[in-house]
Amino acid sequence: MTMPWKLICKQEDLVEGAGVAAMVNGEQVAIFYIPESENKVFAIGNWDPVGKANVLSRGLVAHLQAQWVVASPLYKQHFVLSSGQCLEETVQVPHWPAKLEDGNVFVAAH
Amino acid sequence: MTSTVSFLNTKPHLVVIGNGMVGHHFVEQMIAQGGHEAFQITVFGEESYLAYDRVHLSEYFTGKGAADLAMTDGSLYSEHGVRYFINSLVTEIDREAKQLILQNGESLSYEKLVLATGSYPFVPPIPGHKRDNTFVYRTLDDLDAIRACAKKVTRGTVVGGGLLGLEAANALKNLGLETSVVEFAPRLMPVQLDEKGGTVLKEMIEGLDVKVYTDTATKEIVDGESAFHRMNFADGSHLETDLILFSAGIRPQDALAHQSGLSVGERGGISVNNHCQTSDEDIYAIGECALWNNRIFGLVAPGYAMAKSAAGHLLADFLGHAGVTFTGADMSTKLKLLGCDVGSVGDAHAQSQGCKVFVYQDEISQSYRKMVVSEDGKKLLGAVLVGDNSYYDTLLQYYLNAIDLPEQAQALILPAMGDAPVGLGVDALPATASICSCHNVSKQDINDAVCNGALSVGDVKGVTKAATGCGGCAALLKKVVDNELLALGVEVSTDICEHFAYTRQDLYNLVKIGEIKTFNELLKTHGKGHGCEICKPAVGSILASVWNDYVLKKEHISLQDTNDRFLANMQKDGTYSIVPRIPGGEITPDRLIVLGEVAKEYGLYTKVTGGQRIDLFGATLPQLPEIWEKLIAAGFETGQAYGKSLRTVKSCVGSTWCRYGVNDSMKMAIDLENRYKGLRSPHKIKFAVSGCTRECAEAQSKDIGVIATEGGWNLYVCGNGGMKPRHGDLFAKDLDDETLVKYIDRVLMFYTKTADRLQRTSVWMDGLEGGLDYLKEVVINDKLGLCAELEASMQHVVNTFQCEWKTTLDDPEAIKTFRQFVNYEGSDNNVVFVEERDQMRPATESEKQQLIAKVG
Repeated sequence: MTMPWKLICKQEDLVEGAGVAAMVNGEQVAIFYIPESENKVFAIGNWDPVGKANVLSRGLVAHLQAQWVVASPLYKQHFVLSSGQCLEETVQVPHWPAKLEDGNVFVAAH
Repeated sequence: MTSTVSFLNTKPHLVVIGNGMVGHHFVEQMIAQGGHEAFQITVFGEESYLAYDRVHLSEYFTGKGAADLAMTDGSLYSEHGVRYFINSLVTEIDREAKQLILQNGESLSYEKLVLATGSYPFVPPIPGHKRDNTFVYRTLDDLDAIRACAKKVTRGTVVGGGLLGLEAANALKNLGLETSVVEFAPRLMPVQLDEKGGTVLKEMIEGLDVKVYTDTATKEIVDGESAFHRMNFADGSHLETDLILFSAGIRPQDALAHQSGLSVGERGGISVNNHCQTSDEDIYAIGECALWNNRIFGLVAPGYAMAKSAAGHLLADFLGHAGVTFTGADMSTKLKLLGCDVGSVGDAHAQSQGCKVFVYQDEISQSYRKMVVSEDGKKLLGAVLVGDNSYYDTLLQYYLNAIDLPEQAQALILPAMGDAPVGLGVDALPATASICSCHNVSKQDINDAVCNGALSVGDVKGVTKAATGCGGCAALLKKVVDNELLALGVEVSTDICEHFAYTRQDLYNLVKIGEIKTFNELLKTHGKGHGCEICKPAVGSILASVWNDYVLKKEHISLQDTNDRFLANMQKDGTYSIVPRIPGGEITPDRLIVLGEVAKEYGLYTKVTGGQRIDLFGATLPQLPEIWEKLIAAGFETGQAYGKSLRTVKSCVGSTWCRYGVNDSMKMAIDLENRYKGLRSPHKIKFAVSGCTRECAEAQSKDIGVIATEGGWNLYVCGNGGMKPRHGDLFAKDLDDETLVKYIDRVLMFYTKTADRLQRTSVWMDGLEGGLDYLKEVVINDKLGLCAELEASMQHVVNTFQCEWKTTLDDPEAIKTFRQFVNYEGSDNNVVFVEERDQMRPATESEKQQLIAKVG
């Protein structure tokens, strides 16, 4: 199955080393821009299933045991940016392929 | 798929039928052990979703979506070459031909087969049980149907007062229905609870407005008069209800076993041995469909244990050993049902030969506890807890590990009196003690992990998976890990994190001496990797203490915790509070009016705080700059309530107004607040100034306290202490204004330079060798010759103060980051407020549910 790439915003709308929130097909998505990572951009759900609020885009990005994660700003659980998996709890948030091309940010929508 | 599936693959084909929690865990186990290299694995799921967390199914009604409950999105499978199909029902196993037939007629062959088909809800064959508006409680699809029906009706009834029934009742209640529970047995939770326990639970639940009918058999369900259904009971009474939910137990889903002639138990369930093999050695059964030793295990932990043992056995050749066998599982449970604690351990019904019972019942606070002990009183055989589960962990350890009970065993269920420690020290647990039952991790496993270099709870979790299931053992796990570290005499690393092998104090010195201005520079010269949420904010704070740059500069922004990044405190619903500085608590009527007007315009919740400020709660991200623009225009500054920095200087009115004031505490408080505002410190700090020894400002309970005397000012330092309240120590007496400020400059800067991250002044001073006297030597007598430098550092911070909100408003790039969405103008629809005491506050989960249900 191929998913269509959806144009979300410009690269300059992103914050280096941190996240922004976007609305994609009616769903809140947290997009992270990490220039030193291989992928450069990551997209996971914005909903923090532990804190129960749309805040993951506002967490602090960390690099732990060779994975890029975001620490939820509410209770600090870590969510892996490439998979949405939470490192402390058996919860997972959705994740989507994302890419940066010619100064544009794309997310593969459902 | 083509009509006959033949995968071009040389690996033997392993098929898993069923993709519930246990089926998924089995695949995870296979992948973890490299089984995807030994087998081509294919998974069939009957539902339209991949495996999801059925244990937390009810949270689907309280805000979680299918994605939140999902245990995988398929990427784990895809990454490891596991093929998976949802909406796929396997209808037949041809064991002779080793072939499976799917509902759509397709077939495929297998070498090994794992049945993880789970169970189905039992619906008692009451006449009328198939009427409209009757449901079971098992899948996300069931819950969708219940929710849709609940929107249109007002009354709901659960048939079955067991674990799941009570959970379902809670769900109906949360959906806004008048809820009843009908139980055939004489008490609720008949499997886990005894009679008294059931009675106490019933009373508690009735107290929550749920009607409970016990000892009640439903004879038939017919058309109702005032509601959709009427349930006619065997005793002639009846109940009118719109929606009926059956939760009368589960039955193993063993149809495929019957069809293919595998051995099954008399009352259902696929018979398996200790490797979870069925009567056909190439077919395994795990989870709720499997019958082991004539028992079905209806909990997830035993299912996981079965998955592990089946995976190990299947991979025996590949791994060179057969892994662990399944030897039964403990069925003790601890739950919070409808907000009521319920716990059941072992032989709750006291059926063991010769057993003796202790009972404690408290009808005032509604709690009931029972211990079942062996005839000689030495071992715990079972327990029942209703109303308070804090006793559960200790009792479970005594039970699981057959530890000898203390002489006064009854103390284990009696309320704690005085200081007598009740409970079990982790030292007393044997090495075999099971710490995490979800993943079957023993104390020995944790010990091994620690010996092999896992030196923190996080590391041990990663290695053993302990506390990553239900999480109920997290507190116990921490105790065991700490205990093991202590026992091994391990020196716990003082490194701030994996990226810097230094303490905060080291980093401070490196930044200052190396004139390092950015995190990346420090990382490049003295660290490794890319940083984390421990080192980034710590270094951000150090850089701010030393250089006092604008914290939202491009190179600093990703170091800031959300509060510092958006210059406001995040509240539980993701909105923020706004806290302007009100130095000394003094505010003009005009400014007070502005605060009121702004709060009114944006509908913010308004509160006067203990630090004499006015907090405005409930602002969304995009509102923050707008609101601050108005506040700054009215002369306000940021109160730095979000930062680890000076918060407030509390004060009384002192000699200006008070009959007893001996000095002008107002002026001193305002001067001090203006001097130290903006200082980034290891932890937040608070001051107070009292105008006389009556101490109306409670200065001795602050980090820095100042009290006016006839001879000047008395200075108290390092009070507060947060969770461990502490009075400040008298540092110097009868100081003049100038000396007072000099001493505070030195104490604060010495603290800022030398404390650990997030270390309060009180803890910092306790850690100084020589304590208060040493601090006096350094600050008053300049023992280290540092005083001039400390004062100069502080003067730099004072001179470079900027209102961060003002700087932000002047910077269009910075303002951009306050957008709610980068590509959409709407707002976050999960932020919902309700009114209470004439102001708004965040809606609770159940309020949200109802508000959204009404709107929908």
